[in-house]
Amino acid sequence: MKFDTPATNNPIDQLKIVGKPVDRIDGPRKTTGTAPYAYERHDVAPNQAYGYVLGSGIAKGRVTAMDTAAARAAPGVVAIVTTLDMPRLEKGAMNTAWLFGGPDIQHYHQVIAVVVAETFEQARDATAMIRVSYAREPGRFDLAAEAPNAQLAAADSGEGSGAAHEERTGDFEGAFAQAPVTLDATYTTPDESHAMMEPHSSIAAWEGDKLTVWTSNQMIAWGKRDLAKTLGIPAENVRLDSPYVGGGFGGKLFLRADAVLAALGARAARRPVKLALTRPLVANNTTHRPATIQRVRIGAERDGRITAIAHESTSGDLPDGKPETAVSQTKLLYAGANRLTAMRLAVLDLPEGNAMRAPGEAPGLMVIEIAMDEMAEKLGMDPVEFRIVNDTQVDPEHPQRPFSQRQLIQCLRQGAERFGWSRRNATPGRRREGNWLVGMGVAAGFRNNLVMKSGARVRLDGSGGVTVETDMTDIGTGSYTVIAQTAAEMMGVALEKVTVRLGDSSFPVSAGSGGQWGGNSSTAGVYAACVKLREAVAQRLGFNSAEAEFTDGQVRAGNRSAPLGQAAGADGLVAEDHIEYGDLGERFQQSTFAGHFVEVAVDVATGETRVRRMLAVCAAGRILNPKSARSQVIGAMTMGVGAALMEELAVDKRHGFFVNHDLAGYEVPVHADIPHQEVIFLDEVDPISSPMKAKGVGELGLCGVGAAIANAMYNATGVRLRDYPMTLDKMIDRLPEVA
Amino acid sequence: MKPFTYERARSPAEAAAAAARQPGAKFIAGGTNLLDLMKLQIEAPAHLIDVNGLALDKIEPMPEGGLRIGALVRNTDLAADQRVRRDYGVLSRALLAGASGQLRNKATTAGNLLQRTRCPYFYDTAQPCNKRQPGSGCSAIGGVTRQHAVIGSSEACIATHPSDMAIAMRALDAVVETVKADGATRRIPIAEFHRLPGETPHIETSLEAGEFITAVTLSPPLGGRQFYRKVRDRASYAFALVSVAAVMQRDGTGRVALGGVAHKPWRVEAAEAELPRGAKPAMAAILDGARPTDDNAFKVTLAERTLASVLAEARG
Ligand SMILES: Cc1cc2nc3c(=O)[nH]c(=O)nc-3n(C[C@H](O)[C@H](O)[C@H](O)COP(=O)(O)OP(=O)(O)OC[C@H]3O[C@@H](n4cnc5c(N)ncnc54)[C@H](O)[C@@H]3O)c2cc1C
Ligand code: SF4
Repeated sequence: MKFDTPATNNPIDQLKIVGKPVDRIDGPRKTTGTAPYAYERHDVAPNQAYGYVLGSGIAKGRVTAMDTAAARAAPGVVAIVTTLDMPRLEKGAMNTAWLFGGPDIQHYHQVIAVVVAETFEQARDATAMIRVSYAREPGRFDLAAEAPNAQLAAADSGEGSGAAHEERTGDFEGAFAQAPVTLDATYTTPDESHAMMEPHSSIAAWEGDKLTVWTSNQMIAWGKRDLAKTLGIPAENVRLDSPYVGGGFGGKLFLRADAVLAALGARAARRPVKLALTRPLVANNTTHRPATIQRVRIGAERDGRITAIAHESTSGDLPDGKPETAVSQTKLLYAGANRLTAMRLAVLDLPEGNAMRAPGEAPGLMVIEIAMDEMAEKLGMDPVEFRIVNDTQVDPEHPQRPFSQRQLIQCLRQGAERFGWSRRNATPGRRREGNWLVGMGVAAGFRNNLVMKSGARVRLDGSGGVTVETDMTDIGTGSYTVIAQTAAEMMGVALEKVTVRLGDSSFPVSAGSGGQWGGNSSTAGVYAACVKLREAVAQRLGFNSAEAEFTDGQVRAGNRSAPLGQAAGADGLVAEDHIEYGDLGERFQQSTFAGHFVEVAVDVATGETRVRRMLAVCAAGRILNPKSARSQVIGAMTMGVGAALMEELAVDKRHGFFVNHDLAGYEVPVHADIPHQEVIFLDEVDPISSPMKAKGVGELGLCGVGAAIANAMYNATGVRLRDYPMTLDKMIDRLPEVA
Repeated sequence: MKPFTYERARSPAEAAAAAARQPGAKFIAGGTNLLDLMKLQIEAPAHLIDVNGLALDKIEPMPEGGLRIGALVRNTDLAADQRVRRDYGVLSRALLAGASGQLRNKATTAGNLLQRTRCPYFYDTAQPCNKRQPGSGCSAIGGVTRQHAVIGSSEACIATHPSDMAIAMRALDAVVETVKADGATRRIPIAEFHRLPGETPHIETSLEAGEFITAVTLSPPLGGRQFYRKVRDRASYAFALVSVAAVMQRDGTGRVALGGVAHKPWRVEAAEAELPRGAKPAMAAILDGARPTDDNAFKVTLAERTLASVLAEARG
């Protein structure tokens, strides 16, 4: 099905099941521990051996020798594959860093060996016996030091944000010079780790030249293609299966070393091999959100109208890498006739920087939304009003392109009302409760809505049951549930009548889970397949498909009705289709919006910041399931707390690695950090987006949160911080005297 | 993890004797620190002596009025004990500020005293570390040192001791009771129990090889108001940037021990005379001679401000 004109009325609009806050259908399996994650799939292949990978102990240089004699002789060892055993493997289309092979070391913890043994403990013990000799080379590990050498670079995050290397509208410099009120400030965001609960893990088994990998991956089709390319085998010989994913946040969008080394280990051991990356390797072997240095300049008239806005970002990556697209949202968020964005990329020898939840927009909004707060203060305006004054209903760089829907003003107004924004004291540092300085902050949330081609197969059986198969993944988001809701609504059956099977590369290729496109696009693919199935059903039962109504397990037209299952026949009835998109995305700017409101308390003596309450008001198209959508948003808000207050991969600038490479050192929020969270979804249907009239929502919940917290901290203390994470050491010298 | 042999000890003296007999033996109590370190091969004992079966899990009153805490009393139980809560509030609060509920259910009094540093370079076996591998060098110096010591450190090591419990025990002047392989017992004041790193950061306590901790004793209650203020980047489940254990009397005198600043619980008795004059002079005396790094210089200010906040609360 091609979607190239705005959606009209369709069966989804009945909203009998879609749009209802139903529980996640995978919930009982997850809470009882019966949903097996990749490493737990003991039954999929017999005689599994355990793999353990060794990461490089240097960040740049060469492996000159590896002595594996002791390891090979260790108890239980079945096979060892080292990086010196083979030339460098081909790189997958989505990979920047090499995953394995050859003596050259590109970054710390690059995998240099896999040891396969009868038990996990034996594999780990033997791995520690490998003696490695290196020839170290100096590397570039310090973004601030390399920033002067950074080159202009365009990029697309592949996840909905992107920008040209430099983009100009009007005359930024002229307008900025003339503006009566201006801001020119530089901010930084640190490297961050996905830190998902389930580390990257895979079980690999060969049958002749056919390879099956049970893994944990967000994008099955990409993974299959890139694994085949990396191993140099035909893609049709590879099957990936990933029905449950214990969190990804972008860290599992791409093929990683776990799948490659499990496959190589299994080939060497001649039996199935399972392995997981250790925590340190999640930080230093896989990808991370790269650090940025961002400069923002804003010029405005005294009435608050922005006349000039510039956002420039510098980040680093390995050679052939790409910049963090942190300026992307600034192209679209606020009006202003004179505009400039630019991205610069420095070459660094740190692990690969790549997508992490809301790449581009998350760190970009952390910065631009502080700048807006600073500017509002200079103008003497309320920060909510300042944003409203600068709202735009069209793409400011291409005014002929309207937004398909844009309710940012409504988000901010409703949020302000609900949060009690009027009680905020505009003068910072004035509200004191005991030892706490209390403040409120606001930020706009913005995240582009991406639509992706997505396919599905639906099968009707004689009892009226419907089975959906698609290689879509559920990374904890609720895909199983919204897909089941879609099929149930379309086929007029109860939710319990729908079975959803996900994550297998033998199923039709879906949008996958990334860039908050998964929910809308994958359900639209299921919609397309169901439209086909409805037609086939109507034909079998002798109904005119345009007139047939599907309700309560029956098909009706006029005064005739028949049980749905009757159409299935003995063999069942199968339909397959995909949704693909025309040029609506070019004609209209599709984005999602939020107003984020936060209240924090800062200990006046120690500078410890504790969030007290948070509110997100979101406008993100039709909400397919308010319960799972809310879970997505509160999870994202929690990530925003981490980004604002604690998350940072600390770089050892001498040796080139992330030092705090475990969950003791890399702090993310714990329960005690997360207070009252409230989420409101505005009523919105977006017929431009898809037949589901839905949009992405998961990543929106993060976009802007960090800045809202930073702004609340400023309102509480009067200390303006511009470097994340905003830990107490950065303000302790500027807090009031302790009595 | 290296293969190891295992036995269950039947008495404290036997445990100590067994440890002395077997080179490379270690006691295992809650295992919450030792097992993690064994998995990473930072600890690689050839033999484990499980002491959990020993009846050292009681908190008993002492004749002269203090408490005797068995070495195997779990952190959860110690924190919840009525007498501890009433008379040694600083200890109860310190325990509850540490780790998580699950860990405290396993963690023992002796194990807590002997937990090892959280220096990230200590944990990365690809990096040199004098504590892990004597003589290999200290990777932390010149690296990422936000968590590290500001005082009492050496050219060989700038790590901190991560325990909360031990800081409170230092303020209370607890005494560690032990038994040696030959059956001899001794009482080690906590001030002499932990060591500064000097040239030998791998030697962390004054325990001799195989020496086994049987109990920790507390003197009769000090009264006063008792505080444990732990400052950290997140609200729970994080090690201290700085912590202040304080026992403050009505007249403004008191005792203060600091966590997160040194290789051992940091207390300078002579400096406590300054307490009635306020946090600034007191902390200047407590941290006299501090040599922070660029990353952790904030700890000096933070310690002073935290103490000021505690003193204000004590007065209020
Ligand atoms: C994730 C995490 C977070 C933590 N957070 C904190 C925190 O915030 N604050 C804090 O203070 N602590 C924290 N801890 C540390 C925790 O308190 C210690 O791991 C625990 O107290 C150790 O006690 P255990 O009984 O498990 O010791 P074990 O691991 O069994 O033993 C530790 C050491 O003590 C030795 N030992 C044990 N018993 C005896 C004995 N009777 N005589 C002689 N030697 C003995 C062992 O040989 C070993 O060397 C944390 C730990 C973890 C894993
Ligand atoms: S500070 Fe101590 S523990 Fe840390 S690396 Fe240096 S020697 Fe090792």
